[in-house]
Amino acid sequence: MEGSLLEPTLYTVKGMLILDNDGHRILAKYYDPAIFPTAKEQKAFEKNLFNKTHRANAEIIMLDGLTCVYRSNVDLFFYVMGSCHENELILMSVLQCLYDSISQILRKNVEKRVVMENLDIVMLAMDEICDGGIILEADSQSVVQRVALRTDDIPLGEQTVAQVFQSAKEQLKWSLLK
Amino acid sequence: MAFKRDKKEEEDGGGNIFQNLEKTSVLQEARTFNDTPVNPRKCTHILTKILYLLNQGEQLGSTEATEVFFAVTKLFQSKDVVLRRMVYLGIKELSSLAEDVIIVTSSLTKDMTGREDLYRAAAIRALCSITDVTMLQSIERYMKQAIVDRNSAVSSAALVSSLHLTKVAGEVVKRWVNEAQEAANSDSIMVQYHALGVLYHIRKSDRLAVTKLVAKFKSGRMSLKSPFAICLVIRIVSKLLEEAGGEWAESPLFDFVESCLRHKSETVIYEAAHAIVNMKNTTQRELAPAVSVLQLFCTSPKPTLRFAAVRTLNKVAMSHPAALMACNCDLESLITDSNRSIATLAITTLLKTGAESSVDRLMKQISSFVCEISDEFKIVVVQAIRALCLKFPRKHSVLMNFLSTMLRDEGGLEYKASIADTVITIIEENPDAKETGLAHLCEFIEDCEHTSLAVRILHLLGKEGPKTKQPSRYIRFIYNRVILEKAVVRGAAVAAMAQFGAACPDLLPNILVLLARCQMDSDDEVRDRATYYHTILQCRDTLIANHYIIDTLQVSLPILEKALYQYLQNPSPIPFDLKSIPPPSAVADDHVAASNKIAAEGSISSTAPKLSKPQREENYYATKLNNIPEIANLNGPLFCSSEPVQLTESETEYVVRCIKHCFPHHLVLQFECLNTLNDQLLENVWVQLEPSEGYEVVHSIPCPRLQYGESASTYIILRFPDQLSATIGNFGATLKFVVKDCDQTTGLPDTEEGYDDEYMLEDVEVSLSDQIQKVSKANFGAAWEEAAGYCEMEDMYSLASMSSLEEAVANVTAFLGMQPAERSDKVPQGKSAHTLFLSGFFRGGQQVLVRAKLALADAVTMQLTVRSTDQRVAELITSTVG
Repeated sequence: MEGSLLEPTLYTVKGMLILDNDGHRILAKYYDPAIFPTAKEQKAFEKNLFNKTHRANAEIIMLDGLTCVYRSNVDLFFYVMGSCHENELILMSVLQCLYDSISQILRKNVEKRVVMENLDIVMLAMDEICDGGIILEADSQSVVQRVALRTDDIPLGEQTVAQVFQSAKEQLKWSLLK
Repeated sequence: MAFKRDKKEEEDGGGNIFQNLEKTSVLQEARTFNDTPVNPRKCTHILTKILYLLNQGEQLGSTEATEVFFAVTKLFQSKDVVLRRMVYLGIKELSSLAEDVIIVTSSLTKDMTGREDLYRAAAIRALCSITDVTMLQSIERYMKQAIVDRNSAVSSAALVSSLHLTKVAGEVVKRWVNEAQEAANSDSIMVQYHALGVLYHIRKSDRLAVTKLVAKFKSGRMSLKSPFAICLVIRIVSKLLEEAGGEWAESPLFDFVESCLRHKSETVIYEAAHAIVNMKNTTQRELAPAVSVLQLFCTSPKPTLRFAAVRTLNKVAMSHPAALMACNCDLESLITDSNRSIATLAITTLLKTGAESSVDRLMKQISSFVCEISDEFKIVVVQAIRALCLKFPRKHSVLMNFLSTMLRDEGGLEYKASIADTVITIIEENPDAKETGLAHLCEFIEDCEHTSLAVRILHLLGKEGPKTKQPSRYIRFIYNRVILEKAVVRGAAVAAMAQFGAACPDLLPNILVLLARCQMDSDDEVRDRATYYHTILQCRDTLIANHYIIDTLQVSLPILEKALYQYLQNPSPIPFDLKSIPPPSAVADDHVAASNKIAAEGSISSTAPKLSKPQREENYYATKLNNIPEIANLNGPLFCSSEPVQLTESETEYVVRCIKHCFPHHLVLQFECLNTLNDQLLENVWVQLEPSEGYEVVHSIPCPRLQYGESASTYIILRFPDQLSATIGNFGATLKFVVKDCDQTTGLPDTEEGYDDEYMLEDVEVSLSDQIQKVSKANFGAAWEEAAGYCEMEDMYSLASMSSLEEAVANVTAFLGMQPAERSDKVPQGKSAHTLFLSGFFRGGQQVLVRAKLALADAVTMQLTVRSTDQRVAELITSTVG
């Protein structure tokens, strides 16, 4: 059982990942140069990870010596990876923060198209959650506060109309699809 | 209508506005950055595109990256918040690719110290990613200020960045310890956590400082609100406890970890439980509270919590299965968990703790989903099954069936190898399972894509196949390999067939036909082997066949290689003597077995055992001793080395271990001394020996200098007495040396003059087993028959002190230092008589075979028959036993 005592370090997160429903990468961050140093290895890992997780709704899996917690919504998959000895609950709170912040930023429209439209803000949010493997912030409110920059430049009235319209469209779509 | 359009749009590109981006065209667009005034929206979009491309794994050359980087720096003109933040991101991403990145230092420093809070934190992090040691000096002042800034984001950013910087400029960051200390008192929980991380990193090499740090948090003078920070403290504490060794159970530190089990955050509770489970030498009483919180977690609605709990319980099951009795009920309910990983872990845990009656049910459960889980978990299952087979030998048929189904499934090499290993272990441990096991393996090699595995299995078939009731059925499987496989496998198959030919006379004619066919093979090696075996088998002489096929050359290959090389370097008229090469140590096999075992019991992530280790050990002493001229000049190579024997208690001032190296005519005693006094320097360390009669001290090689904490060796070379019976004896030993008192910290001696001192050691015992090298015999019967012409000695002994056959077998084997053949060291249960076969080489290359017939009445009676090429060796053995 060598090495299972955790080294006291702040470097907790090995990677964060957002994939679409075909398993393609939307955003990926790997923080430990020792794992998957090349893009090819990363893609192979992502493919494997996606295959193992896209059907099973299981929240946690161990793969290639990493503990991966994940969560999906509509056509997106969010992953947070840590070492296989890492405290799973810490990883889970990072995932929770990632998901909640993106959900708030996108005003609950967590789906691929909207993520793509706001990719810059999503990138900033990921950067605010984890810096080089260290958890920078695990509270989604604070993350949103630090990146929610664009609310001011859309006039208030216009924003709400757009928002209402958007959510109405969504609801209609989903009721039709059901 | 609108919905239709949406649908179409989604099909087109999945709503991905960034699809089909071209690197060159995006880089072209980046020129827009140079426009004045800057258009923030457009530029943000382009910058996002660049970052997206980089994130997709697109490679930028150094010039391209530098060009983009400089274009990006132009964007500092804009006041747009989003754009500025994206610029920081861009700088971070490009900092490792582009050149001259330090050019933006001043812009970033300005943002970092400016008034806009939204910039400051991010600017610090960007700045630190481009800074090197020389530049750091100039921003040090700002960093110190930022660490204690009232804005928590700024403070956190500065702390995290300084931790990153320790990799390039550890010394500079150490100067910020006071600021970090102040930040640790912050109200913000994240700042606290980061400050703690930095403080620990700075002080981690100083045990005392770490203890103080922990004490401060524990006493409540610094209250920790962040669960992450408490987890970090728990980790630091468990590391301290681990370093402290055994005496932690009563320590207040352990109480602290235990108290965390009652924390309100689940994360902290789990961390504490995990830490307790992973501590060494925990007793069941200390484990109990941890196990009971984990048991609670097992029923949590959160999959992650269940997973974490059951994974940790699985670890407990390895060391303290009894501690889990209370959880069995909860674990049973997890078998049907929708998360396969949880279910697998639950089952393997139950397999480790459960009773024989539940095995069938559990196996049925596993087989229902084994194909859905990842290889890592499949290996865990296989390991659990292996442990189970050894625990409940009667269940082998169920388990074996299950393993064969798993063998047929898809899977990687590591997975397949672990199954094959398990089957092989079962075959070896359980004679009842042998036939079925071999049959499964035969079926497996029919379509096995892993060459190394196929070769191993063929080798095993060759060894075990001939001893089964119906050897002929295996021939077909083996010959099929010759027709269908690669050269390596074909070669192994030919060798396996030859084993059958040599061991089963009635199959010999058929084997000869098959081998003759193999002589037409396209590969040299296969052809060579076939011709070799064919010629030997054609003689129809069992003795020759036995010599060259079943029990082949028994020499240590690395030493043989070296000896032959030396012989070629200095050719001499005397022919090369194979007898001078010592046999391979059977100990090496034990090492492999041991390391395999450790790996098997390790956690899921255990890597493959390093097989190079035993090789190294075998050669290790030989090379080391050869570097000493007096020893290198002895006649003949090193024959064998004993395990180290402690001549002192382990906690004394000087720790001395003795290793006995046996040469054909000499005995070299190596005394490994360790100086544990930090205020003493020892010089001219040697051992005064009082050898028993007949021994003659040829040389004594002192150790010139022994510093604190170092270990070094002194040697004594003795000549064995001519009379063999005199070789066994006890030598009194005293360690002699010159002591110089020295400074504790520098290790430099205070004075030039030292004084003589001595230290009594325990007696060095030279026994029979030191002079015998273990050799394994695959076919003891044949070797025994062959040795009929040697001298034979026989005697009866009554082993009054032993109460069971197992004990007697273990004692006789250890006393003689020989290798049990054909698994005769395993006594079947409930028998009152047993025959033990041992084989070995006496120093000088004399073969020794021993047959010990043991019978159990009130005490154990033994009839010992020794056959050896040397009369005196046989006499020695019969005279010393008893």
